[in-house]
Amino acid sequence: MSKRKVKDVHRPIGECITQVQQILRERFCHQQLPDRPEGLEAQYKHLLELLRRSAIQGESNSVLIVGPRGAGKTMLLQCVLRDLLQEKEAQKNLLQVHLNGLLQTDDRIALKEITRQLNLENVVGDKVFGSFAENLAFLLEALKKGDRSSSRPVLFVLDEFDLFAHHKNQTLLYNLFDVSQSAQTPVAVVGVTCRLDVLELLEKRVKSRFSHRQIHLLSSFGFSEYLQTVRTQLSLPDDFTDRGFAQDWNSSIQTLCEDKSVEEALQRHFNSSKDFRSLHMLLMLCLSRVSVSKPSIKPADLLDASRLCLCDAKANMLHGLSILELCLIIAMKHLNDVYEGEPFNLQMVHNEFKKFLQRKSNSMYNFEQPVVMKAFEHLQQLELIRPVDGSSAKTQREFQLMRLMLDHSQIMEALQKYPQCPTDVKQWAMSAFG
Amino acid sequence: MTALLQHPGYDEEKLRRVAEQLPCREVQAGLLLSLMGEPQQYSYPSIFIYGHRASGKSHVLHVLLKELELHHATVSCVECVSVALLFEQVLLSFFGCDAASLLPRSPSLSDFVRIYRQQRSQSPAKQTRYLVMEKAELLRDSDANLLPALLRLQELVEDNVTVILLSEIVWDKFRPNTGCFEPLLLHFPDYSKGELQQILSQDRHPSYSAEFYSSYINILLGVFYSVCRDLRELRHLAALNFSKFCEPLEEGKVKETDTHKLWRNIEPHLKKAMQTVYLREVSSLQWEQMQLMEEKEAGALRGLSAHTHVELPFYSKFLLIAAYLASYNPARTDKRFFLKHHGKIRKTNFLKKNEKTSNHLLGPKPFPLDRLLAIFYSVVDSRVAPTASIFSQISSLVTLQLLTQVSHDDQLDAPKYKCAVSLDLICAISRTVNFDIVKYLYDFL
Repeated sequence: MSKRKVKDVHRPIGECITQVQQILRERFCHQQLPDRPEGLEAQYKHLLELLRRSAIQGESNSVLIVGPRGAGKTMLLQCVLRDLLQEKEAQKNLLQVHLNGLLQTDDRIALKEITRQLNLENVVGDKVFGSFAENLAFLLEALKKGDRSSSRPVLFVLDEFDLFAHHKNQTLLYNLFDVSQSAQTPVAVVGVTCRLDVLELLEKRVKSRFSHRQIHLLSSFGFSEYLQTVRTQLSLPDDFTDRGFAQDWNSSIQTLCEDKSVEEALQRHFNSSKDFRSLHMLLMLCLSRVSVSKPSIKPADLLDASRLCLCDAKANMLHGLSILELCLIIAMKHLNDVYEGEPFNLQMVHNEFKKFLQRKSNSMYNFEQPVVMKAFEHLQQLELIRPVDGSSAKTQREFQLMRLMLDHSQIMEALQKYPQCPTDVKQWAMSAFG
Repeated sequence: MTALLQHPGYDEEKLRRVAEQLPCREVQAGLLLSLMGEPQQYSYPSIFIYGHRASGKSHVLHVLLKELELHHATVSCVECVSVALLFEQVLLSFFGCDAASLLPRSPSLSDFVRIYRQQRSQSPAKQTRYLVMEKAELLRDSDANLLPALLRLQELVEDNVTVILLSEIVWDKFRPNTGCFEPLLLHFPDYSKGELQQILSQDRHPSYSAEFYSSYINILLGVFYSVCRDLRELRHLAALNFSKFCEPLEEGKVKETDTHKLWRNIEPHLKKAMQTVYLREVSSLQWEQMQLMEEKEAGALRGLSAHTHVELPFYSKFLLIAAYLASYNPARTDKRFFLKHHGKIRKTNFLKKNEKTSNHLLGPKPFPLDRLLAIFYSVVDSRVAPTASIFSQISSLVTLQLLTQVSHDDQLDAPKYKCAVSLDLICAISRTVNFDIVKYLYDFL
């Protein structure tokens, strides 16, 4: 039996690819937790120790995890919680309440969510009873009754903490921090935020009750670590069913990462941002090209994906404009050059365009004003031009002042790429003043 | 071409049917399909697709999701005027009407996520669920939290769900102040001229040959391509004008192969169509009727914009004329135009060169009520008493949107106005009262 199993390990390639996709997609898209947070050992230890003291010894704590987006704040917290809950005592003791600033947009909703997640007595099934004041009094009463020795500690996780600071009077934050400061039920408040100035948002009374313990996740790694991360993110784990395939895959990843052009592309990404999310996006695009006929990632795939990530969206949109719209944009560019960034209206743009047409002998672009107006409005819909003031109903459409939302170089670059651009239009764009 | 649309997770027969329905979009469909992966695998949490109008964004997605029988909900953000409608639609198409009825009266995002999670635990996703939001630019105007929450919906509801946003506007204009989960950006490029020709040639009339129809499309694109690249608009125009194109053929004047004569026949007609039916001056129905009436020249019918003539009372006309003069003439020239003994003004001094003709370019300037009345008394020959009726006519001109009030802060004391009528209209009005307005306009001196 066992012999057959060993033989079976060599799977058909289609199945292997499916499995690779499954594993790697879970890693990139579903933000699957790694075994240990890399590069964050100190922060991990600090947070784990803190939460363990709360869970087991019943200390009240408050802490803020601060870091830019995609730096692994939630991942760190989830890892800590996962490892903490493996301890029997902590698992038995700890109650968790997860709140998110995006969802719980005011204190009333947050309070209902807390009572619901704590399964308190005023909750029947899924419904919470009582008004806001009653709920708050009830919750505080329930928290006050407990003390350090007998009651179970509660862990509050506040995701998007800065949004909670925008609530009215910061009632929720005040009460949570107040409970954590006084000898009542032990609570641990963990705030997760991406704003560095989050303490400035807090009111004085709330700030004074906060322990000022902050964990900063400022990614401090260099490019070589970044390369290493790419390699580990792409490589397959040891317990992959088909050993031979996994080895082939991992060695192909190794050669991929050593490729010069790949390294250059990754350096470009590293220079623009260091966060893991944008890296995951890049790798996801590479991964999507892996198929049965092409069972490994080639340097060309990564370069293509990198080009897709870094391309300029506005240039893409300019590529699809009609000739008339492009001519209007060039006229606007000239107006911007001549009048140094003053806003313009349709009449001026059309006038500029007409000046161009007059100079040409054979004008095939002699459009009527309404057709030009339609093109102008299309540009406004695409938000390539924007009205200076919002009051659109008050002035006539042709006299509404607009501003061009494009850069000089963007226009010129788009002009170079434009398919079958007429030469005279190109020359008009190049010429200095109209 | 169909080789691009291959994926092990899906039935080949279905993929073939998808490829048939998506001409010139194989690359995008293939990329999208490979990003989606097999049905049970995770896909990227949010995908943002942008491209020009009618570049096949919703069509590609609709065909893919429908033909491959994937679990999806399509929501148009135009319809969802409140978030409650949005939540209801999503729950309805993911979990059936029982789930939608669980929503409270004015649901918050928190309620939505709670109910979603509850339903998800009862019927967990075996396949990726897709939530397609059309016209996603309108999401920016709704709740500030809605867009960031949708972008990380997968994380919030802990389900295998992918949110796909479709928009005409680039992602840079969406990003909230404090940032958000960045979606995967996909661009749908515009159709090239050849591709437009290929797509438009598909819906040919069965009684004519394919070459004949494609030569027609070629002529149509020759006229309209420099102005309009919208596939829907072009298709509409193609359908409208085809009968006119066939006319000489049916009369037996020319043969099918005589492209030059056919072109000579249709080209002025198409040029006329650009000025009328493309701008919706005349409706498509009127256009078709006009084509049937041969003796009547196309475009002879008065379009929408020809109906600008308004019937106004005598004093209202003069008030409007006075307002126009006040708006487009600089105040320092009033003395010269409207005072009998204005003294001598040297011509060179009077006409500043850079000011000339700029007023009709810059648009109307605001003026105070006193100036309007002063010009009004001077242009009306007879003696007019400043009665309540004169003032009520001014305010009714404002409600007719012929004048606009500029400052809202004090209604009674010295309000300021702007004139909001075009030169053509004011010329027509002044002709009815025998007033030569061009003589009084500074720009045309």
